[in-house]
Amino acid sequence: MNYIEHVGKYFLMLGRVFNAPVRTKVFYQTILKEIEDLGLKSLGIVLFISLFIGGVIALQTAINLENPFIPDYLIGFATKRSIILEFAPTFCSIILAGKVGSYITSSIGTMRVTEQIDALEVMGINSLNHLVLPKIIATVIFYPFLITLGMFVGILGGWLAGTLSSQFKALEYIQGVQLDFMPFLLFYSTVKTLLFAFLIATIPSYHGYYVKGGSIAVGRASTQAVVWTTIVIVLCNYLLTQLILT
Amino acid sequence: MIEVKNLHKSFGDVQVLKGIDATFEKGKTNLIIGQSGAGKTVFLKSLIGLHQPEKGIIYFDRRNSLDFSKKDMQQWRQEIGMVFQGSALFDSQTVEENLMFPLQMFTNFSREEMLEKVNTSLSRVNLKNSNKKLPVELSGGMQKRVAIARAIVMNPKYLFCDEPNSGLDPETAIIIDNLIQEITTEYNITTVINTHDMNSVMEIGEKIVFLKEGLKAWEGTKEDVFKTDNEAVTDFVYSSELFKKVRKMYIEGKH
Repeated sequence: MNYIEHVGKYFLMLGRVFNAPVRTKVFYQTILKEIEDLGLKSLGIVLFISLFIGGVIALQTAINLENPFIPDYLIGFATKRSIILEFAPTFCSIILAGKVGSYITSSIGTMRVTEQIDALEVMGINSLNHLVLPKIIATVIFYPFLITLGMFVGILGGWLAGTLSSQFKALEYIQGVQLDFMPFLLFYSTVKTLLFAFLIATIPSYHGYYVKGGSIAVGRASTQAVVWTTIVIVLCNYLLTQLILT
Repeated sequence: MIEVKNLHKSFGDVQVLKGIDATFEKGKTNLIIGQSGAGKTVFLKSLIGLHQPEKGIIYFDRRNSLDFSKKDMQQWRQEIGMVFQGSALFDSQTVEENLMFPLQMFTNFSREEMLEKVNTSLSRVNLKNSNKKLPVELSGGMQKRVAIARAIVMNPKYLFCDEPNSGLDPETAIIIDNLIQEITTEYNITTVINTHDMNSVMEIGEKIVFLKEGLKAWEGTKEDVFKTDNEAVTDFVYSSELFKKVRKMYIEGKH
């Protein structure tokens, strides 16, 4: 199957996903469960990576700013900008594409090969709507919160790294963080996060839903899902930056 | 009653069903048999609407399912119970949740009423004290029984089973076969079973449709199987030494 056919099939899938659910009560319960599975269970890894990457960004910036005419508070400023603009929305989304994407593909793919999706269809339930829409809503609602938390922890990580290693003064770092705050950049970051959340929920769902074969096929689909989600995130990141920031 | 006329289904260039005509009677266990690749599963999946046939008519009590509107289709789906080959239980849900799921989706019963229905269905398949267990904690035979209980929890008019006793030991397989037959009689439903298990054929085959290369090659009852001269059926049924002996004894007993 060529790429264009996959893209067409993906959009046709989305057409079936966006329908009114059969029972709203069951639907809301499913969304809450998906928030737990796809969001809350990713909190640890996002915070852990944010903390350490924030630290590394601050240290790298401090080490490379050797010119005495460049003030130290620029370390805080550069760390904040890097984290808000790129690290938190993009880097964390790629991490989540790996963690959550493989989970979504393997869980839906296993449902496909064990005929659980057929069982839903026989019952008269739109399986795509039942399985994928709650995932989209859960990620779109929860990921902006998750990524924002990642931003705070990343900046905190930078402060901790500098303070513990005495590479720069904590007060100067805070001064840099507070310098030239632009809410528009948070808007840009949130737009990116929302789009990436949508992609993280839908591309792996597509790969899982249309899997054919057995356990090996599910494994292969998981890998493809992670690769394609990452590629699309990187491409969309470039396009959004071009559209919004330039 | 289900009537099928001139059913065709292809996948690309491969024509799997080449014009099947068959009738499945109410209150009876109707079996579809045939070798692997004969088109049994495609036929069954076409009957339940998982495959869209290119040509043909499928009457469910004189209603052509291929002409259903979206609303009719939704209604008709609730009249169907299906037992899949691998049980297809939702593995993240307990036994109770699996049975409660269709009730939650399509009825307005209170939780107590739903629980009562669930427990009635589980009792019917002789499965008690398993409500809170996950499918993975159950044996293959128990999973099949849960699948049957889930299929009957909505009081279906039509019950479809795809290889219901595959992967089960002979004793459990007979229990499952008998259970399906009892439910068919008790609920007076039209049951269609897809199988290649000859024990099932001899045990519960009230009406048998034999498929070969996408066409109906023969039909009859389990008694007719002994009498038929149809070479395709005899080659399939008497491929094992045991059934050759059974047939010999049957013929000798008759004369």
